[in-house]
Amino acid sequence: MRRPAITDSFKYLKLFKHMPITDCSAYEIRQKITAGELSAPEIAAAYIRKITAANQRFNIFVHFEPEEIMNRARRASHGPLHGIPLAVKDNLCVRGEPTTCASRILSGFRPPYNSTVIDRLEQAGALLLGKTNMDEFAFGSSCETSCYGPTANPWDRRCAPGGSSGGSAAAVAARFCPLALGSDTGGSIRQPASFCGVTGFKPTYGRISRYGLIAFASSLDQIGPFARDVRDTALLMNAMCGYDPADSTCAQQPVPDYLSGLDKDIRGLRIGIPREYFPPQLDPEVNALVRAALAVLEQQGVELIDIRLPHTEYAVAVYYIIAPSEASSNLARFDGVQYGLRAAAHGVSGQSLLDMYEQTRAQGFGCEAKRRIILGTYALSSGYYDAYYLKALKVRSLISRDFEQAFAHCDCIATPTSPTTAFRLGERLNDPLAMYLSDVFTISANLAGLPALSLPCGFSRALPAGLQLLGKPFAEELLLRIGHHYQQQTSWHTQSPPEA
Amino acid sequence: MSYETIIGLEVHVQLKTASKAFCGCGTEFGLAPNTQVCPVCLGFPGTLPVLNRQFLNYGLRVALALNCQPAAFLKFDRKHYFYPDLPKNYQISQYDQPLAANGWIDIDTPQERKRIRIKRVHMEEDAGKLIHTAAATLVDYNRCGMPLLEIVSEPDIASAQQAYDYLVKLKAIIAYLDVSDCDMEKGSLRCDANISLRPCGQQRLGVKTEVKNMNSFKGVRDALNYEAGRQEDILGAGGAIEQQTRLWNETQQKTILMRSKEEAHDYRYFPEPDLVPFTIAPQTIAAAQATLPELPEAKKERLMNQFGLPAYDADVISSDKHLALFFEETAKGYPVPKTVSNWLMGDIMSYCNEHRLDFAQLPEVLPARNLIDLLQRIDQGTISGKIAKTILPELFGSDKTVDRIIAEKNLCQISDTAELNEVIRTVLRENAGVVTEFKSGKEKSFMFLVGQIMKKTRGKANPQLITTLLRERINSET
Repeated sequence: MRRPAITDSFKYLKLFKHMPITDCSAYEIRQKITAGELSAPEIAAAYIRKITAANQRFNIFVHFEPEEIMNRARRASHGPLHGIPLAVKDNLCVRGEPTTCASRILSGFRPPYNSTVIDRLEQAGALLLGKTNMDEFAFGSSCETSCYGPTANPWDRRCAPGGSSGGSAAAVAARFCPLALGSDTGGSIRQPASFCGVTGFKPTYGRISRYGLIAFASSLDQIGPFARDVRDTALLMNAMCGYDPADSTCAQQPVPDYLSGLDKDIRGLRIGIPREYFPPQLDPEVNALVRAALAVLEQQGVELIDIRLPHTEYAVAVYYIIAPSEASSNLARFDGVQYGLRAAAHGVSGQSLLDMYEQTRAQGFGCEAKRRIILGTYALSSGYYDAYYLKALKVRSLISRDFEQAFAHCDCIATPTSPTTAFRLGERLNDPLAMYLSDVFTISANLAGLPALSLPCGFSRALPAGLQLLGKPFAEELLLRIGHHYQQQTSWHTQSPPEA
Repeated sequence: MSYETIIGLEVHVQLKTASKAFCGCGTEFGLAPNTQVCPVCLGFPGTLPVLNRQFLNYGLRVALALNCQPAAFLKFDRKHYFYPDLPKNYQISQYDQPLAANGWIDIDTPQERKRIRIKRVHMEEDAGKLIHTAAATLVDYNRCGMPLLEIVSEPDIASAQQAYDYLVKLKAIIAYLDVSDCDMEKGSLRCDANISLRPCGQQRLGVKTEVKNMNSFKGVRDALNYEAGRQEDILGAGGAIEQQTRLWNETQQKTILMRSKEEAHDYRYFPEPDLVPFTIAPQTIAAAQATLPELPEAKKERLMNQFGLPAYDADVISSDKHLALFFEETAKGYPVPKTVSNWLMGDIMSYCNEHRLDFAQLPEVLPARNLIDLLQRIDQGTISGKIAKTILPELFGSDKTVDRIIAEKNLCQISDTAELNEVIRTVLRENAGVVTEFKSGKEKSFMFLVGQIMKKTRGKANPQLITTLLRERINSET
């Protein structure tokens, strides 16, 4: 990373009576801006200083250019997010900015176009701070497969922040920004949100345009927000959602005002508790924290009911057929021809094209990317397609049906986000299966295309745990409302890591 | 042993929609390399395809015109292979649920009317083009994402000539729909062929080869004739055909091995997750059906019934939409349709061929009004048929009227009896010997004398009139 131009930002620094800007929520920043107490450049300067001082400790931002941030702050449009800092996962295209998916194969790539969400958030006035670290191409649950090295968990630097959107989750936790964008294919927003003690939301498939999100598994990928609390999440959702003609999978569903829906009543709502999500292997402390969270909701007048999701045990297996299959196809375009890394070919003449392909992909992709490309290529091969991919699609629809049937009896479903709190860096890197199992509770929402919210619900041995709420398709407003009511009664989401 | 040839054709037709299949880029042909591209058709990361509605509409029109049954769902698949002209290294295509299936085209063989069944019609995107130079291989992505229809026949074609006739008919139908230029030289129609032989009477199909790289309908016929011969030689010598893909070499007039079965691709088809399958609304199909124009078969019938053309004439004229339109336009203003068809199939077609004129340009270079005038002047005796044939080339591309050309070139027929009698008198005087021969019974000599009169009048003498006058004159001299 370039050395930032700190001198330029100093002149905007002010001392605040109550708290530093970087401790403010997005909602509070907005109030201060509206009241004329703060300007976008002042906010930018404060965050630049904080990030510059602490980024090295956590390895959160992988592209961060202070001068560019200051330029953006001066130009920021006067929308509902005017001047509010936003970190962006490195798999979202930002015009002219490095966008690498934390992979060597995209080194040097700067897309000449914006993601639709970036367009919308820029129009809303959000202040883009830079790109955050992630597992390479979002393949991972620990942010360790990045070509930039792992990100550390702000609660304990020896631990993983979760993944794949580990950088964005850690950015919010470390108070590098109040808002961040991630993408969630099998839990890549919710699991790191849980590990980092922040609020993370995967909306319904089709709620937010995927245009500009570098695809991992197109039928599962969904962009979503990270924030400190549900209110900030709703603020960001308001600016991101809605139909986009550039994405054929984007829904033409009306977008409610998520902020104004937060305070509506939750009494009488029925929350389903699926017994499959509370297996014996579940960390007992995580179990206790989730049960306590449910008790808080019960006190607020919701009814807890037992439900069954009988095909849950197949979710991981189905996911690891479908996701790598789509990934092997989506990643075929990284061949060294048009952009990114091109390895020198040194094959015999006539073979140089094939050699260039092979060398580029051999050098450009990391181990986990190669593993998934091979898995997916195998599953789609002639003679295996029916046994793997087609079978997986069938089981996927059974999993969807489980949810449809469950939602006949309840308004939302509550589970732990992850069976454990953050694990140690390196602990699971060489055990892919253990790594894959850390997404066991989050994968089903992607397979069924459902919205799912992760909320901080307490600490186990000083590490945050997460409560997951799953909803019917397009029930974002309801999930956010329940989450907001929960956060009115608890203070887990207001805790910040000692180092932040 | 005698063999039966079995051919199936895969034809790719590039549709002339205003924009590409899945992005907003234009579809013009022949632009400077890489000037008609965008992040979507270049397959840049994060971009997504969006189906061009006109692509579906044009596809449906072709499918219906080929008597196919449209699918209930429109679903796309990805077909994977690595090649630099394919930016995503997969092609958006259709695999198990093509746009339409089970159609047919009828062709006429010397023996019978034959039905060639069409297995499927599917939609896909085109790839770019590689340009090989001494220094490097360059890629032009302009063609990437152009909308293509692949039309696959059943193996119902029994000879190279039938394959040729099928292509002619297919091209005519698509041209009537006005959805493609169907120009093999420009690549807007491409054809690959599967061909196998089997001993007459055998049920089981023989091993096939796929032949690619033909650049004209004639090339397809030549390649298939060659390939049938090659396979027959191998089988006749007791050998076995190997399943292969072979390339037609136009200059050497032979097929050359490209790849064998072992090297065949595994395309790893799977449903394109970026394009949600949707039901093709019955209204969409009905609208496509309703806007189908009169097709060649129907046109031929009508030319026979309404204009009384012989089957052969109706066939030739209906084979090209523009020729047929020109015929109808002319026949509207002239009472003898057969005369119009004679002129079209004769002088006008040969002029067009000679000058590489497309029939589509006919109304522009030869307004029907001019042809009508020309034919009427013959009937009125203003000019002879022979003179008319010399006027025709003058009319092409000219803004002069028929009458103006006749006047300017002084081509008006001489029908003045006194003037003609004067010429006849001179000719008879100069050819006294020939006259004697005629009188002694040599009929041919009469034509010689007519010829001499024509020569003296530079072809302008009214032929009927001189025949009468000449006979009168010779008879009166005896």
